[in-house]
Amino acid sequence: MISTMEEKPHIPAAPRKRRVPGWAVAMLGVAGAIALLSITSMQTGFPQLTSSGTTQTAVRLGLPILLAGLGGLWAERAGVVNIGLEGMMIMGTWGAAWAGYQWGPWAAVVAAVVFGSLGGLLHAIATVTFGVNHIVSGVAINLLGAGLTKYLSTLVFFPLSNNPRQSPPVQPFDTYSAGGLADWLGELEAGQRLFISDVAGILRGLVTGVSPLTMLAILLLPLSYYLLWRTRFGLRLRSVGENPHAADSLGVKVYFHKYVAVIVSGGLAGLGGAALVLNPGQLSYLEGQTGGRGYIGLAAMIFGNWRPGGLLGGAALFGYADGLQLRSGGETVLALVYGVVLLLGVIVVWQLIRRKWFSAAAAIFVAVLMYLLYISLDEIPSEFVSYAPHMVTLAVLAVASQRLRMPAADGVVYRRG
Amino acid sequence: MGHLRGKLLPPALAIVFSLLLCGVALVISGANPLSAFGAMVTQVGKGTTFIDIVNSTGIYYIAALAVAIGFQMNLFNIGVEGQYRVAAVVAAVVGGSIVLPTGIHTLVIIIVAALAGAAWAAIPAILKVTRGVNEVISTIMMNGLAIGLSAYLIRRDVFGELRGNNIRTAEIPESGWMPGISFGGGGTMFGFIFVAVALGIGYWVMMNKTRFGFELRASGESSTAASAGGVNAKKMVLVSMLLSGAIAGLISLPELLGRDHTFSLNFTAGIGFSGIAIALLGRNHPGGIAFGALLWAFLDKSGLALDNVGVPREIVTIMQGSIVLSVVVAYEVVRRFELASEQRRVGRELGTVGGAA
Repeated sequence: MISTMEEKPHIPAAPRKRRVPGWAVAMLGVAGAIALLSITSMQTGFPQLTSSGTTQTAVRLGLPILLAGLGGLWAERAGVVNIGLEGMMIMGTWGAAWAGYQWGPWAAVVAAVVFGSLGGLLHAIATVTFGVNHIVSGVAINLLGAGLTKYLSTLVFFPLSNNPRQSPPVQPFDTYSAGGLADWLGELEAGQRLFISDVAGILRGLVTGVSPLTMLAILLLPLSYYLLWRTRFGLRLRSVGENPHAADSLGVKVYFHKYVAVIVSGGLAGLGGAALVLNPGQLSYLEGQTGGRGYIGLAAMIFGNWRPGGLLGGAALFGYADGLQLRSGGETVLALVYGVVLLLGVIVVWQLIRRKWFSAAAAIFVAVLMYLLYISLDEIPSEFVSYAPHMVTLAVLAVASQRLRMPAADGVVYRRG
Repeated sequence: MGHLRGKLLPPALAIVFSLLLCGVALVISGANPLSAFGAMVTQVGKGTTFIDIVNSTGIYYIAALAVAIGFQMNLFNIGVEGQYRVAAVVAAVVGGSIVLPTGIHTLVIIIVAALAGAAWAAIPAILKVTRGVNEVISTIMMNGLAIGLSAYLIRRDVFGELRGNNIRTAEIPESGWMPGISFGGGGTMFGFIFVAVALGIGYWVMMNKTRFGFELRASGESSTAASAGGVNAKKMVLVSMLLSGAIAGLISLPELLGRDHTFSLNFTAGIGFSGIAIALLGRNHPGGIAFGALLWAFLDKSGLALDNVGVPREIVTIMQGSIVLSVVVAYEVVRRFELASEQRRVGRELGTVGGAA
């Protein structure tokens, strides 16, 4: 690494494009999103948009997506596409319920990680050792995971719960609230002042009823970032995903790093399954419980351009849309459409400043369409709201697929020469 | 001879391996694998099971053909699941709301289903061709949206009606049905099975006897070589995706035209994913796919007998899953083995030539 640094001076330094550091962009983005929501909630008259209840539900629903997405990030950074996240998550839900009803929530977490990792190990054996196409192996693991859990729950849960599709109830985690702070924020939220109340509502949702699992998941995000981007191990792992042959020539153990990445990926997906089982609203294994969240996690990762920060944004967005729908129905989600129109308005101005006439015109066109949608409907049909992540992902892919940058050797089968 | 062995050995190995795996699983759970397997085999002769298997084979066959068209050119149409769901609901709605003479009515439903499936597949196809969006991700997203769309379309304030506990679309009048062949107590074979067979023949002819099929396979073998040979890659993606979607649109028709006559909440889901597994098992070959579809249908329908011998019938889903995974591994292992032995052979021959000179 050092030698390449020393050879560089002959090349003129590339013009610095990014003057604003990443964390500042993220802060600006969060502030912008809150401002947008608060203006939307004021103009449409739906305070639920930023209420603490909505935020709390959004966190709960976003958690499995975040964990699955993190799982996808680990695998794909090492160059293994993991469509099998869904199957690994299903295995995680079963493991969590099986251990959870016997030995409590922490056992549930551990078992979920173990079960998910087993799925990951299987994916690693198939794709890394045997060089099976990643998509094919992933699809097979999804089939296998669903079949395995169906069989096991008929075998194990049926005698206990008299229902082959559901486990006995699982003991939940104790949740923690920042007492004084939450009360103070509650007062601010009730005040209904623009922006301040909105921020207070969101913050109150974030600090009320937090389970240890939520904290763990939130910690795993910076931890993953640190491990993947700030350690020697992470550099090697990512180099395997970018160019395995070059990595191999430098003595990096390609197979080893891929194995580790995919097993961790499965463990994280399994943990996402535990987050579903230990969700206060449900507290048991239920067949079909994951409902494609493994795929949505993958979508969140793509939305985030294979970066942890963006992934968090994607998971937050998808969890938020889901939580809003669950808490307050299709009318409030329609208010979000209004928010999108506002956002597009900002984009139009931005594109006009940058003299990108075509992009501006396209944004105006979409904004007009969205506005027409907003004034012509009373509510967004609930059938579609759950699929907002899917539409957003398609839209993001359609607009920005040229700018998304995935690991260069992602999905490529590598064989040691 | 060795060529044939390379083709037949992997699936045989995979099935044996999966049988052993499930046998071990059964022994661990305290059941007798032999009696379980015996119950499955004897089930074939009981009641309507045999005809059920035939019907189910036909459905899986169509699904696997739809997947195989994409696979032939390394295009992963994971979206067959969504395409046939959307096609089913659109065909049921259109079929239930128009009045046409017998025969023509059926034909219109079939065409509508194919068009709906193709239209749903067109979105990822266009995204791939114009924007370079990976079809795996976009079709997965389209699968989710298909569930939402079908749930919306059978809402009672849209096209649905409440019948008993079930929400469904208006029933297709008898002029739009497709008659089956009745075997009395043995059940009724769907008439659409013959269409499935015709599709298989058509698929074989298209792949092996037409220019399009050649270009499709060439693109699959090497897209750069194909485009150097004058094959328009974007056109191939678009056409094969639309074709795959159109065939996917037909998957639900055996049941829709032959038995249900309506789209309801009882819709059989998951056939698209089974189709992927079967296409892999059958290596995109029409004969291999037929075998895979038969195996899948046998496991599905005979598995019902397992409940009688005290074994959860979900063991067959494990078996299906392990067959897929082990068959792809087996194909890969055999391919590597043959590659290595070929290299050795060439090396040996070159060595002898060198020695003689």
